[in-house]
Amino acid sequence: MSEHAAVPDEVPEAHHEAPHDAHNDPEHIKREVRVYLLVFCSLAVLTGATVAARFWFDLPMGYAIAVALTIACIKGFLVAGFFMHLLSEKKLIYSVLALTVIFFAFLVWLPIHDILDKMGK
Amino acid sequence: MTAHADAHHELEIPYNVMPRPDTGVYNAKLGVWLFLASEVMLFGALFSSLILLRTGAPSWPVGKDTLHVLPATVNTFVLILSSVTVVLAWANLRLGNLKKGRIFIGITLLCGLIFMLIKAYEYNLSFEHHHFPSTNNFFAIYFTMTGLHGLHVLGGMIVFTYFLTVGSKMWHKEPQRFTNRIEVVGLYWHFVDLVWIFLFPTLYLL
Repeated sequence: MSEHAAVPDEVPEAHHEAPHDAHNDPEHIKREVRVYLLVFCSLAVLTGATVAARFWFDLPMGYAIAVALTIACIKGFLVAGFFMHLLSEKKLIYSVLALTVIFFAFLVWLPIHDILDKMGK
Repeated sequence: MTAHADAHHELEIPYNVMPRPDTGVYNAKLGVWLFLASEVMLFGALFSSLILLRTGAPSWPVGKDTLHVLPATVNTFVLILSSVTVVLAWANLRLGNLKKGRIFIGITLLCGLIFMLIKAYEYNLSFEHHHFPSTNNFFAIYFTMTGLHGLHVLGGMIVFTYFLTVGSKMWHKEPQRFTNRIEVVGLYWHFVDLVWIFLFPTLYLL
């Protein structure tokens, strides 16, 4: 018999000694799963809403961009906040992301600054 | 302790399972977040280019009239589904159920495959209409952004294939480390989903 054959697919005892014991509590995980499924349903509805808003309501382009990007931001928040657990992440991760947001904002500001500059002339 | 055991102990990479006291997270998690930060800048540069090209052009095609919205909408649902299956895989591994964990990893992989097949179909439709990256700036940025995103999906699929096959052997010796690995690849996969959430309306609908 191989070394691994005697080990079942079910959890080895060592697994229970893992860090974040409170987070590995079965009831806690089951509650998390319900939240994941709720987020999934919300994302599906919001995707439908994005497409419906564009095709059913003949909004001017400015409003269409605002609606589509607002819904995209809400969806992004749901994915990052719940699936990527950013709502309960460590301070260091927030610091890394804060720096990223600053640089990303600068990247987006560059073309916007160019547009505003052209409009001013 | 034997010399061999000593050598093994010295080679052991620390903080694969336990969080590092100074960072509060295990090393791979910090590593993947730093990688994702660099990925934000990569796609951020492309979104910045899109804004610049679009606002600088005298006329710009409307995505919903130019591209194929239906396959892209289906792909959005497929990626959302794959995002939830990867967290379900992680949750089941935390519950100690490798079998269910592997099933959900398999479904995630299948979703990735469906996404790529639909993307190939969509590209084929564009080519049939003689729309190529060289056609104009709109198609140049469309093929660049969706192509790069597709490569990221492919990369994720390769990693999931590894964890579904030979990589899952780690479960028998280090289950928590394997669970952490699925969390880390899951973070990458959610990022790929996140990019698509913004690509879909900006390219296909507006």
